[in-house]
Amino acid sequence: MKSLKLLAATLAFSTALGGAAFAQTNLTMWYHGAGSTVERDLINGIITDFNGSQTDWKVSLQEFPQAAYNDSVVAAAVAGNLPDIIDVDGPVMPNWAWAGYMQPLQLSEGALDGFLPGAIGKYNDQVYSVGLWDAAVAMYARKSTLEKFNIRIPTLEQPWTGEEFNGILETLKSSGEFDYPLNLGMADQGEWYPYAFAPFLWSFGGDLVDRTSYETAEGALNGDAAVAFGEWWQSLFTNNYVPGTSQDMASHETGFIDGDYALQWNGNWVAVKTLEALGDDVLFLPAPDFGNGPKIGGASWQFGVSATSAHPDGASAFIEFALQPKYLAAFSDGIGLIPATAEAAALTKNYAPGGALESFYALSEKQAMLRPVTPGYVFEALEFRKALSDIANGADVVDALDAATDAINADIARNNNYAAAQ
Amino acid sequence: MAAVTSPNQRLKISLKYLLLILVAVIFVFPIVFMVVSSFKPDLQLLRDTSSFNAFLPIGDISLDNYFAAFRRAPVGLFVFNSILVTSLTVVGSLFLCSMAAFAFVFLEFRGKEIVLSIIIATLIVPFETIAVPMLMVVNSLPWIGGNGVTWGWLNTYHVQIVPFLADALTVFLFVQFFRDLPKELVEAARLDGASWFQVYSMVIVPIAGPVFATAAILKFLAMYNQYLWPLMVTQSEQFRPVMVGLQYFFQLNTAWGEVMAYLSMITLPVLAFYIFLQRAFITSIASTGIKG
Repeated sequence: MKSLKLLAATLAFSTALGGAAFAQTNLTMWYHGAGSTVERDLINGIITDFNGSQTDWKVSLQEFPQAAYNDSVVAAAVAGNLPDIIDVDGPVMPNWAWAGYMQPLQLSEGALDGFLPGAIGKYNDQVYSVGLWDAAVAMYARKSTLEKFNIRIPTLEQPWTGEEFNGILETLKSSGEFDYPLNLGMADQGEWYPYAFAPFLWSFGGDLVDRTSYETAEGALNGDAAVAFGEWWQSLFTNNYVPGTSQDMASHETGFIDGDYALQWNGNWVAVKTLEALGDDVLFLPAPDFGNGPKIGGASWQFGVSATSAHPDGASAFIEFALQPKYLAAFSDGIGLIPATAEAAALTKNYAPGGALESFYALSEKQAMLRPVTPGYVFEALEFRKALSDIANGADVVDALDAATDAINADIARNNNYAAAQ
Repeated sequence: MAAVTSPNQRLKISLKYLLLILVAVIFVFPIVFMVVSSFKPDLQLLRDTSSFNAFLPIGDISLDNYFAAFRRAPVGLFVFNSILVTSLTVVGSLFLCSMAAFAFVFLEFRGKEIVLSIIIATLIVPFETIAVPMLMVVNSLPWIGGNGVTWGWLNTYHVQIVPFLADALTVFLFVQFFRDLPKELVEAARLDGASWFQVYSMVIVPIAGPVFATAAILKFLAMYNQYLWPLMVTQSEQFRPVMVGLQYFFQLNTAWGEVMAYLSMITLPVLAFYIFLQRAFITSIASTGIKG
């Protein structure tokens, strides 16, 4: 009898367990990291933990290569088969929210407390996406080089002024020791241009679009400040301070380490590699201040919920689960990017106080500025990139900026000021 | 071969061969660079690009990039998918397009010139302009398979095959070739009582080796290099082809050595196919004695 009771209890327990497991609702997730074994392991680790932590939801992952990811999402939106959870590059998020691909997150009160501003994707006063990390750009330099040429090491509080920076470039060029004083990464002609170079424009006082209304680029991209930026930008090339748009990728990737360039404007994702090559001689310095404060770009990849998800509560629950400091830290240790909170940074090997990349966290916190938070950014970025290339190649500054302004204004008008969701 | 009789002729032939060797070297160098680079670590690979060392297997040579490529992406699966999709499409396309061309050239029916003109006119329509409408169409089509009738073709092999089974270029190639064939061959076969399909399969196909080889090579290259369409229709890794797989190697820090290793591996089927058909092409011409 006792055996029968035990058998019955066991059966009842296993049935209940099976029922609970069976009751989990499937959520699909797309992620841009296919090809990165580290990211795959990390994201699968979070999913496994989440699926085991509750009985309501079961997330399954589909990975895409980064270069093909945006096109895949747009194609899926056209076909009407978006997954529940997607990830999105920060500056693209407003476009996808406006186009009806995404819906606002359903996060608990205080879930984003302490997050870096660049890690939070807000559009129309609603949070659509949140990142586990942010990225930052810094001026890479060798301490030994700066000391050799008596160049002041700038700080967050006292960055190089624009005039000081130009003088440094001239000093380095005159030394004849380098192919070019500065590597801007002109070989990388994708989102790098607006991400890395728009901050110079912002520091001059210009912008890609008038952020008070987001309805025109007039005055922002072709006003006096923008023209001053454009003339400075062109002078970098006419003075041979930087290689031009035909810079080859090999030179971009190894030139600073090999000593061909004295300075390098680059992201924190190459910091570990540079540290390994140059040791503690390498410095990560803040952006120069051209009059309106030193600026760098903010916002990297973030998680969001698709507009067609039938389970936005479950999708949001997963995203909130992934925001735990241990996961932020794990991602940072794995792929080298900046953890989205100070609490998580303290858990990492590179961004903890005293860590080799600690300065990047401060840069992101103090200098990061979001690219224009508008659905039109995707088009504005293309026009800005074209204008920068043209100016670098000798085009008239005013004409190039006017042309970009006109094209952006036409795009905004064509899309009814990006006013209504489609 | 004509005998070389004078120093002047010898000089001309030498110059001709020199020019041909130069052209061959220009075409071969990128492949040599790709294969040699696939054995080098990234930093050395990039540094070597500024010198002739880029074409020499020197320095820190190893198979590490190949092992890493297999760890990064399911290379075997991607190659299998591409070969499967490409092979089935090439075979189907050769059959359907040659039959269509046969009908346009040898059969009489009303409006055939207009229909042929419309088909050839589609050559000027870029695929990118019809990709989205095509996506919407295939996403709402039924398919009868192992699971019965299912709706929507996304994430399948057939969505990568069926839309490309017929294309204007292949039809055009066959039409051009068939038009140059002696009409008497067809008339004689018909007089002997052959059906139209017998004429196609037993008279025309055996002597159309060159155009079949040419069309197969062109179709193979086009299909093997497909990127945009499979990117749009294969959300599942299980069905992705090699060109979408190539993007796995372009992350924040591009692994150039692995890129070269991957490219070397996915180039092998193309080379094998080309070499195979090149022989068929020559054999075909030699055996038929018919010029296309």
